[in-house]
Parts: sequence; C-alpha cells; structure tokens
Amino acid sequence: ERGYRPISYVDQMAIHLSLNGNMILKDSDEGRRQSIKLSTALSFLSSEKAPLETSAVTSGEAEIKEEESTGDTQTEGSRTAEVTEAAEAEEAEEAEEPPRLRVKEKKLANQFNFIERASRTLNNPMRDRACQSEPTPCESFSATANPWEIYDAYVEELQKMERSKAKEKPKAQIAKREEEKKGRKLNSLESQSDDRTKISKTAKIMERVVNQNIFDDIAQDFKYFEDASDEYRDQKGTLLPLWKFQHDKTERLAVTAISWNPKYEDLFAVGHGSYDFMKQGQGMLLLYTLKNPSFPEYVFSSESGVMCLDFHNDHPYLMAVGFYDGNVAIYNLKKATSQPSYKSSAKSGKHTEPVWQVKWQKDDMENNLNFFSVSSDGRIVSWTLVKNELVHTDVIKLSVEGTTMKGPEGLQLQTLGCGTSFDFHKKIDYLFLVGTEEGKIYKCSKCYSSQFLDVFEAHHMAVDSVSWNPYHLKVFISCSSDWTVKIWDHTVKTPMFVYDLNSAVGDVAWAPYSSTVFAAVTTNGKAHVFDLSINKYEALCTQLVVAKKKNKITHIQFNPVYPIVIIGDEQGHVTSLKLSPNLRKMPK
Amino acid sequence: MADTGEGKKEEADYKRLHSFPLIRHTDMPEEMRVEAMELCVTACEKYSTNNESAAKMIKEMMDKKFGSSWHVVIGEGFGFEITHEVKNLLYMFFGGSLAVCVWKCS
Repeated sequence: ERGYRPISYVDQMAIHLSLNGNMILKDSDEGRRQSIKLSTALSFLSSEKAPLETSAVTSGEAEIKEEESTGDTQTEGSRTAEVTEAAEAEEAEEAEEPPRLRVKEKKLANQFNFIERASRTLNNPMRDRACQSEPTPCESFSATANPWEIYDAYVEELQKMERSKAKEKPKAQIAKREEEKKGRKLNSLESQSDDRTKISKTAKIMERVVNQNIFDDIAQDFKYFEDASDEYRDQKGTLLPLWKFQHDKTERLAVTAISWNPKYEDLFAVGHGSYDFMKQGQGMLLLYTLKNPSFPEYVFSSESGVMCLDFHNDHPYLMAVGFYDGNVAIYNLKKATSQPSYKSSAKSGKHTEPVWQVKWQKDDMENNLNFFSVSSDGRIVSWTLVKNELVHTDVIKLSVEGTTMKGPEGLQLQTLGCGTSFDFHKKIDYLFLVGTEEGKIYKCSKCYSSQFLDVFEAHHMAVDSVSWNPYHLKVFISCSSDWTVKIWDHTVKTPMFVYDLNSAVGDVAWAPYSSTVFAAVTTNGKAHVFDLSINKYEALCTQLVVAKKKNKITHIQFNPVYPIVIIGDEQGHVTSLKLSPNLRKMPK
Repeated sequence: MADTGEGKKEEADYKRLHSFPLIRHTDMPEEMRVEAMELCVTACEKYSTNNESAAKMIKEMMDKKFGSSWHVVIGEGFGFEITHEVKNLLYMFFGGSLAVCVWKCS
C-alpha cells in the first residue's frame, strides 16, 4: 500500500489533529475575571496578613480551578458572582486597594450580565403617490404707455366727470363718480360676474341652434318650400303644417288670444284661459318665437284666464291683456318680472264680466298710453295710463233698444247688451265696430257715448269677431257661432257675402298682403281660406288642421311678414301653417 | 408771447388736473385694487425722481401682502405684452405722465 488509493467521497475538510486547548480570550468574561483574581491574589501576597493571603490565594486558586472546569459562560457568570461575593466578604477587612477592585468587579458583573435581544417591528408597506396642482390661470395683456396716451386718458376721464356733474344732483355726484370709475372697469369686471349670467346669452343662442337642428326640415319648408302641385290644383291651395307650439303648463288651457308682435316678426303672444264658464282656472300668457319652437321666450301667469291681448304698435314691449274676471292689465316685456306692470282692480272700474277684446289706441293729448276694452257687461271702456295708474272712462254703454225695464222704484233700467268683439277703423280714428252676443253689430264713434251710428242685424248668435278690411276702407267681415261668415259694406245694411261653414266659426282674419283674402277657423278643426278675387263662393282651401276631433280651434292670425298663419286650439296648442302659393296671390 | 404763456399755463394746468391716479385697466378684486393703487401712489410720490426705487418698493410690498411673485414697471414711454395671473393685474396712470403696470406671474 504505498500507492494512491482513490476515495469515493472526500470531505472538504479532513481533520488531522485536534487538541482541546485552555486558552481564554483576555477581554472575555473569564479572561477579565481571571486577570482580576490574579491581580488581587498578587496584592494579597504583597500584604502582611498571611492567613488571609493564603486563604485568598487558595480561594483564588479554587476560583480559577472552578472557572477552568466549566465551559458555560452563563453558569460561570452566576457562580463567579457567588464566588466573588464570597471573595468580597473575605476581602471586606482589606485596605483601599481591594475596595477599588470590588467596585470594578461589581461593574464588570453588571456589564457582562446582559442578554442581547433584538426584534423587528412590522413596517407598513410603502406606496408612491404623485400629484400635480393645476397651474394658476394666466392671461396676456399688452398696452403702450406714451405721454399722449396718458394725456388722452386723462382728458377723457375729465370729460366724463364733467358730464356726470352736469347731469346729476350734488348728492349723487360722489356716487356717480365712483360708479364711473367702476364703469370704466366694466369690461374687465364682467369677467368677475356670475358665471350663470355670462352663459345665459350663449345658452339661449345654443338652444336656438339646437332647435334649428331638430326642426331643420320644418325650417327649410318654412323658408323655401313652395307647393308645386298648386298649379294642378285648379286654384285651390293647401296649408302646410309647420311648427307646433305647446307648453306643459298650458296643456289644458285653451288658447284664447294670439297676436303677432309688430316689431319682431317672429315673436307672437298666446293667451291661455278657459271659455268654459264652469271650469275657470288660472291663466297664462306666453310669448313664443319661431326661432325656438320648443319653449316659450316669456311666460307670465295670472290668477284668472287671459281672454284677449294686444301689442302696442309703437312700444312693442307693451301688451294689454284682458282677463276673465273683468280686469285688464298691461305687461311690460322689458321688465323681468312675471307680474303685470299695471293692473286694474275693482275700485278702479274693472269690468264685471269677462273682457273679450282689448285694443291699443294712439296716445292721447297728454301722451298717455290708452287702450279700449269691450266686455260682456255691456261697457266699452277706455283705459288711460296716467301717472302709473290705470284710469278708466266709460266710452259707450251697449244699451239694447226697446228693452227698458221697470225697476223697483219706477226707474227705467236699460239692459245692456254684451259686447264680444270690436275693431277700430284703420284710417278713420273715431269709427269702430262692436259685435255683441245678441248677434248685432253696432257702428259707433268715440265721440258719441250714448248713441250708435248704425246697427247691423248681423247674426243669429253671438258675433265672435269683427274686422275691418285693411285695404278696402268700407268693408268689414264678421263671424259668428251661427256657422256663418259675413262680409259687409258699412254703408249697406245687408251683407255682401255670406258663407256657411257647417260649424261654429271661432275666428276670422283678413290677410295682410291682399284685400280679398281672409281665413276662418271653425270648431270642427278646419281652417278655411278664401280669396274673393278668385272664387267668390267657395273656399280655396278647407283643411283639417287639428287632428283630434275633440279639439276646437279658437283663433287664427296671419303673420304680417311671412306667409304663415298661426292657429290656436282648445288644448292649448298653437300650430303654424304655411300658405301655399295659390292662397297667396297678390292682387294686381 | 401771450400764446406761449397761455400754453405753459395750460400745461401746468393739465398736469395739475391730470395728476390723479387713473386706472386704465385692471381685473383685480375691489380691495386688492384699492390697496395696490394706494401703494403705487405712495411709492411714486415718495420716489418721484427715481422710478427704480419706486418700483422696488411697490414690488416688495406686493410680494409681502399678496404673495410672490410680482412685477412692476414704471415709466413714461414704453409698450408691453405680458402674461399675468388672472385677477392680478393693475395698469394705471399717475401724475400726468407716469404709467405704472403691476402684475403677478410666477
């Protein structure tokens, strides 16, 4: 066996020699103790107390021996503590040196008598969060500062101040100056105003644009569509339905009056109320514009039904309104309130019966606004707006001839007829016509308050509407619930034309573009358009306008500019229709 | 001679008349505007000969009161185009010939 022997598995470490040593680290527990013991033993040897020395030495030796024999530091530590205590007791009678050592021993014992302990708390998991604030809004601004600019600005300011001084009283001067300074900054302050008011104008435009989109085809028809088939229809025409206007709050209220605004040709007012004597509720006054068919521009509500309304020709923002309870009121559209600006009351002489029609007159001699109203209580009253109050003047009382009654004390009482409609002559200012419930039409003058100029035995039932021809100064038209429409010359007692329309006629209106065209609406939902120059006996167009059979048409009005008519019905809807070319022929 | 005399008198007159602080353009809120205007007037009157010190005073006071960082330009003939934080601009005339522009932009 002097060769190499292969071993299958070799440990990384192969121990060749191991010896158990007895070296102790100098700085460790035992090492320090031993060195102290040795030094005390040495000090004992140097002292003169032999027995103590020997005992100390022996004890020291015993200690050392004991220390050597054990291997566990901890148990040693405790035993050495006991041993050192014993040693301390022995050394208690010693001189200064031992106490120092004892103190050292004590310290050492405490120092080494520790246990290392470590623990780790739970760390909360970390998360990254990042955020960026919005940058502050910035705007650009540019200007030039030149001596002439500065001079101009000062001069302008001084001029403004002088002007304001000239206008205002001294007290208001200070306030006005401050206001002006603020006024200068209006353009920049506007940006500080409420966001909602800024948006309101744009919102309105947006609403109209969206409506135009929705009703685009109708708008196109309104503007451009001309019914080509009219040529083949042998003089007859049609009415093309355009927009339909309705509002939820007026769903059950009948349309009692419609009128176009004289200034804005697309704005019209609709009065809502109820014709039914039993069912009287509140009234509404809405103003629609053709540009926004889905929602009215202005909404006013009132306690009693609106029966009639009229726009002032010169002040297109003023509307006179007559109510079912006999009151009249003036609404001012420029003011933002929903209440009338002026209203009559029982003490200011309101009518005792529903007011069927109101019409503005020219300003009187003191430039006060005034209008007339006719009512079932038989009075025609002129209302004048004097110093913010409505003052009434009875113009005429519609006395019925031959029906004087004997009152309780022998008085002769005149029964009054009930006026239902009236119209003023376009040229002759004082001349007007009144239609009554008895079917008579009175020709009256503003100057004579007790007598009529003439009486026409017009109809068998109440006269619903009278109207002068806008071009023919002698001709007027009347319609009635007795199913007829009659055309008169006011100098002749008998009608020139009579049309029987098979149903009670609600309203009749002359066309503004021709002296021979007029339209009538009947309660069976039909609209009739006549042109006397083409066909004297028949309507050019008879068309069912309102779908439901239960719906009666109440009013019709021609638009002064566009070839459309608006028709109001009992359900509170207003339908606009376009006249086909055959109906629109202008006289030559 | 009378003309030039009158002309000088007019000049002095308008200087006197036009020396009140005139705000040309601002979008500050009311109290800020009033304070800033007062401050500008005080500074311009104090440092009537030295625009730089006046501007320095205005800028430091504005920084202290309304936060950093403000910019101030005082002069008699300049044009400018600036970007300012909204509601933090004051452009005014004073003393008949001075123009002061104060704006905040960080």
